[in-house]
Amino acid sequence: MTASKKPKSDFKNPVVKWVDERLPIFTMMEKEYGAYPTPKNFNYLWNFGAIAMVMLMLMIATGIFLAMNYTPHIDMAFNSVERMTRDVNYGWLLRYLHMNGASFFFIAVYIHIYRGLYYGSYKKPRELLWIFGVLIFLLMMATAFMGYALPWSQMSGWGVNVITNLFSAIPFVGDSIVTWLWGGPAVGNPTLNRFYALHYLLPFVIFAVIFLHVWALHISGSGNPTGIEPKTEKDTVPFHPYYTIKDTFGLGVFMFIFMAVVFYAPLALTHSDHFKQFDSMVTPEHIVPEWYFLPFYAILKSFTSDITIPLTGYMFDNALVFTAKLQGVIAMFGSILILFVLPWLDTSPVRSARYRPLYRISVYLLLLSMIVLGYAGSQPAEGLMLTLSRLGTGYYFMHFIVIVPFLSKHEKTLPVPKSINDSVIQAKGSK
Amino acid sequence: MINLYQKYFAIVLTALFVFTPVAVFASSDNSHHPMAQSWPHKETFGTYDKPSLQRGFQVYREVCAGCHSMNLLSYRNLAEIGFTADEIKAIAAEDNVMDGPNDEGEMFERPARPSDRFKAPFENEAQARFGNNGAYPPDLSLLVKARHGGEDYIFALLTGYDTPPAGETVRDGMYWNKYFKGNQIGMAPPLSSGLITYSNGKSASLEQSARDITQFLAWASEPNMEERKKMGLKVLLFLLVFSVIAYTAKRRIWAKIH
Repeated sequence: MTASKKPKSDFKNPVVKWVDERLPIFTMMEKEYGAYPTPKNFNYLWNFGAIAMVMLMLMIATGIFLAMNYTPHIDMAFNSVERMTRDVNYGWLLRYLHMNGASFFFIAVYIHIYRGLYYGSYKKPRELLWIFGVLIFLLMMATAFMGYALPWSQMSGWGVNVITNLFSAIPFVGDSIVTWLWGGPAVGNPTLNRFYALHYLLPFVIFAVIFLHVWALHISGSGNPTGIEPKTEKDTVPFHPYYTIKDTFGLGVFMFIFMAVVFYAPLALTHSDHFKQFDSMVTPEHIVPEWYFLPFYAILKSFTSDITIPLTGYMFDNALVFTAKLQGVIAMFGSILILFVLPWLDTSPVRSARYRPLYRISVYLLLLSMIVLGYAGSQPAEGLMLTLSRLGTGYYFMHFIVIVPFLSKHEKTLPVPKSINDSVIQAKGSK
Repeated sequence: MINLYQKYFAIVLTALFVFTPVAVFASSDNSHHPMAQSWPHKETFGTYDKPSLQRGFQVYREVCAGCHSMNLLSYRNLAEIGFTADEIKAIAAEDNVMDGPNDEGEMFERPARPSDRFKAPFENEAQARFGNNGAYPPDLSLLVKARHGGEDYIFALLTGYDTPPAGETVRDGMYWNKYFKGNQIGMAPPLSSGLITYSNGKSASLEQSARDITQFLAWASEPNMEERKKMGLKVLLFLLVFSVIAYTAKRRIWAKIH
């Protein structure tokens, strides 16, 4: 059908109609957020995508106003942040919304990701949707890390030092890469400036990837707790008003918890070293990242012994050393990169953990290992904490590399319901 | 059965998000852990004890300001703890600050104005170290937030001077403090009973002056706390009503489906 033969838009409002006939944005919104057929059996875990989206918008909105009052210079950054907290109208509010907003953005996204793991949301035909999601997660981590640097506190400066130094573990070119990242021989003004520029840029990149993520979602359609696809109209409801109202309620509860922290415990998730200006001569006692990085930090720290490969006399003058640091760095990045290939590691035809008794246990243990790693990551890597880090790391990789592929082939799954509608009726009957 | 699992799921998730942050703070290796004190402003809806802040300001003025700067505060900020405009003008005028250059290109000294920052006792870090046996007295503006343990730690430190236990020696120019990391602190015991006489004519005990200065420093590091808590109440009430209405609407709309 050519454009000229297209039926005229049937919106009543003349302005909407005029716009829509020229750029059918209202038709698109109506299709994607109005009529979009959505499985009717979502539980509240399906709220967190929308919540994460709202958190991103809140971060961008507060961030723009913070940027208006921030000075990206190593001698002035710390005081400019303090000045805006004290002397700019509602500067304290912007700052506390933004710094706690990062934590709550991660809370929403972690729940969203775990829901995906539990209900097998990454499986065919949603692989690309999942891959965009992991990409968003990686971009978020980079953005959060660079944002943490901006107040130029002790934790900022030393955090930047520790994390950028990880790249020095790369053989041969590591040190050059680190110098290139810093823009000089040490963490300094060029480092702060590039972090600031990228911290402002990346949220918009995230926004663009979210657009692709949602686009892909609307091609394959939403998953649901049963993991079976909608078959008839009985299985779905239009997105509006059913899920707009459910998301609104979920958002209200989430915001309540978020605001309770912002207004009554705004510093609960931060560290006292964040209120001292960066001093490259004084190393803090513990350099710990924000809580949302702790499990990955524990994976990094769980590798402590170098492996020496004796190739002396053949190709190299010295034995090749596979350093503990390099092992840790590979494991840490690997722990996230492995999520990209998860759709091909898990080939079980049944999606939802509801009907996969063994997978369900394994995916709960994965959550447990993340909690253990999170705790161990906050502690010095020695004694029991080191053992726990190693156990957690071991289980994390075993889950993805061994258990999931094994269960894909050998697990005896439970019978799945005939349709989404059936499962809803069943659930009601059992109450 | 499914509901049971969902319950476990909820418990585990809650545990993840409650205990992980807690874990971050569980690490501390002070030999003496500061005792938890009760501070009125630390209560959920608590406000600052203004008379105590004013007394604390006097302690700062008469004792701390000799060595410690408070670069983030201006004299005008004292209005927030109950000083009148005239009092603030008089307090500021007691200090001379450098200004300039004037029309002839010269720097000159003048009495401080309310808009000036608190006058620092030293020109720069080197001068501060030189005058303090090599130690650098930290800026006090953010001290309560910048120390693990906050108010409790500051109070414990100020009241924690002691003679060293048997077998320990105090290095030259240092003092023994139970709560300071490594115990050797460069700051001489700053407060003692009877050191300060408050405006009511009574002389303050060590504990009293330590409590007052700690509360003053707590205010200095978080001056917007009262405004924050007041606004928070409105925000939470709004969200409560908003969520209840959203839930009711959700029940209504979904009633046709279930």
